[in-house]
Amino acid sequence: MSAGSTAVVPELARPPRLVDRLVARPEIGSLLGAVLVFVFFTLITDQFLTVKGVSNWLDDASTLGIMAVTVAMLMIGGEFDLSTGVNTASTGLVTGILATQAHWNVWLALLVSLVFALLVGLVNGLLVVRTGLPSFIITLGMFLALQGLNLGVTRAVTGNVQISGVGAAHGYESAGYFLASTFRIGGTPFPVSILWWIGATALLSGVLLKTRFGNWVFAAGGAPLQARAVGVPVRSTKVALFMLTGLGAWLVGNINVLRYTTVQANQGIGLELQYIVAAVIGGCLMTGGFGSVVGAAIGALLFGMVRQGIVFADWNSDWFMLFLGVLLLVAVLANDVFRRRAERMRR
Amino acid sequence: MSEHQTLVEARGVGKMYGSVKALDDVSVTVNAGEVTCVLGDNGAGKSTLIKILAGVHQHDFGHLLIGGEEVRLSSPRDALDRGIATVYQDLAVVPLMSVWRNFFLGSEPRKSIGPLKIIDSRGARDTARKALAELGINLRNVEQPVGTLSGGERQCVAIARAVHFGAKVLILDEPTAALGVKQAGIVLRQVAAARDRGLGVVLITHNPHHAYPVGDRFLLLKRGAALGNYEKADISLEELTRQMAGGAELEALEHELRGVEG
Repeated sequence: MSAGSTAVVPELARPPRLVDRLVARPEIGSLLGAVLVFVFFTLITDQFLTVKGVSNWLDDASTLGIMAVTVAMLMIGGEFDLSTGVNTASTGLVTGILATQAHWNVWLALLVSLVFALLVGLVNGLLVVRTGLPSFIITLGMFLALQGLNLGVTRAVTGNVQISGVGAAHGYESAGYFLASTFRIGGTPFPVSILWWIGATALLSGVLLKTRFGNWVFAAGGAPLQARAVGVPVRSTKVALFMLTGLGAWLVGNINVLRYTTVQANQGIGLELQYIVAAVIGGCLMTGGFGSVVGAAIGALLFGMVRQGIVFADWNSDWFMLFLGVLLLVAVLANDVFRRRAERMRR
Repeated sequence: MSEHQTLVEARGVGKMYGSVKALDDVSVTVNAGEVTCVLGDNGAGKSTLIKILAGVHQHDFGHLLIGGEEVRLSSPRDALDRGIATVYQDLAVVPLMSVWRNFFLGSEPRKSIGPLKIIDSRGARDTARKALAELGINLRNVEQPVGTLSGGERQCVAIARAVHFGAKVLILDEPTAALGVKQAGIVLRQVAAARDRGLGVVLITHNPHHAYPVGDRFLLLKRGAALGNYEKADISLEELTRQMAGGAELEALEHELRGVEG
């Protein structure tokens, strides 16, 4: 700059500091955490960084991750869904009952299961946007209702609380190839759910950051009134997001039922919180309007690495919950610091 | 005619809320390249008038002319399609979203990649940066959340957005109300910049010191009726302030208070 130029550079024209740019990335915290956990378990256990070890923790993270990325989208859109965990059992039960009790072709059963999953999302979404009640309480109702439905219908149809024998149904081989097969790397089998997880993450991250709909998701969660004032269809955006978590539950529920060929009626309870935890670790704010799909996927990866790392280290699995709780608190505190920075309304 | 063409004219408009007359026989003109200030205390009918011009409410009496044609606006969208954009004080921007995403929210520019349509984010960033620069707001980083901008700058983003999307008439609802002196100055400079680009600006405020420097005509409202309608040449800042402050009423009050003291 020439000596004669005394013009005051306005604050805004200054290039952003590196630290500001990094803090503005919602997934940065989860990435740091994942690297730390990875290094830690690699150092203290022998199996963690073997092909078999990697397969183990990626497998663990994959089904959690598929749900976590859809839940992250919904949370960025400003809503919660507590019915997701139980819904992974419901969708599997629909497929299982139709395939084993009604002797349907698995593909047809999958289709009905898909309609069911989208309906659950649609009902959740419509109830939330029509009543204006918190999605927390609406989807808590759906959670309890599905839990009862899972047990009641399964017991009524089969006389006990599980469906098994899906492996003998028509179309199992071909459907299973898509949802529950394995691929080999260095002779070690990796479940195909890992590919679905990576695919879902890439697809939804693209949708969130690169499409008009994604822009509307941020706006619907960040400031719905402002968004509506400039013509964003906030309600239909939110309903679509609830249907997306339904779609995720369909995928995960059916990956499970085809992989294990059996499904318990009380499966999935409590998982909804793990999805939310993964999304929050990945940088999603509880208040909506901010977060990252990639972050949620990393959050799920962290989950898988810790859960399997503790097994490899021969620790009691009790420690997992302690670790998880601390991780969640750290993530929430870090997110809160960011929110204050971003929302700091200067006058 | 071309210089100060009349864009919007309200002739004796009125509005009833149930049996309450919120606005009664008010006339106002908005010309291209001019700033029309609407002044009044809380409850004076400013918001009602603005909502009629913005298409939120429909007038019950009188006539509303846009481009010389009598109309009844059915919705904010209708007003927007006729070139009337409104920037509300609290409803301007989404704080957690970046500047460029806010700028294009609801009208995202898209490009096709094969069958996919994605946001042209590079184009959007450049356009937002340029549009803001044209109005004198220089942001190097349009990626920062709008919430990190100052209050005045946030209003400016909303104003620049309205100007960019082809508004002919810009309605600003109390843009300076919550701002400090310096921030209010930034916004008023924007008002002048929009005016100089040939827009008709309606500036709603209760602060005559903000209105007078940029205003060309002043409509004073009180209890839903017009207290006065002045061209700038016909009124001084002192007189405007006196009328705004309640004028005669305040003098009476002062007299009364002095009486109590004595």
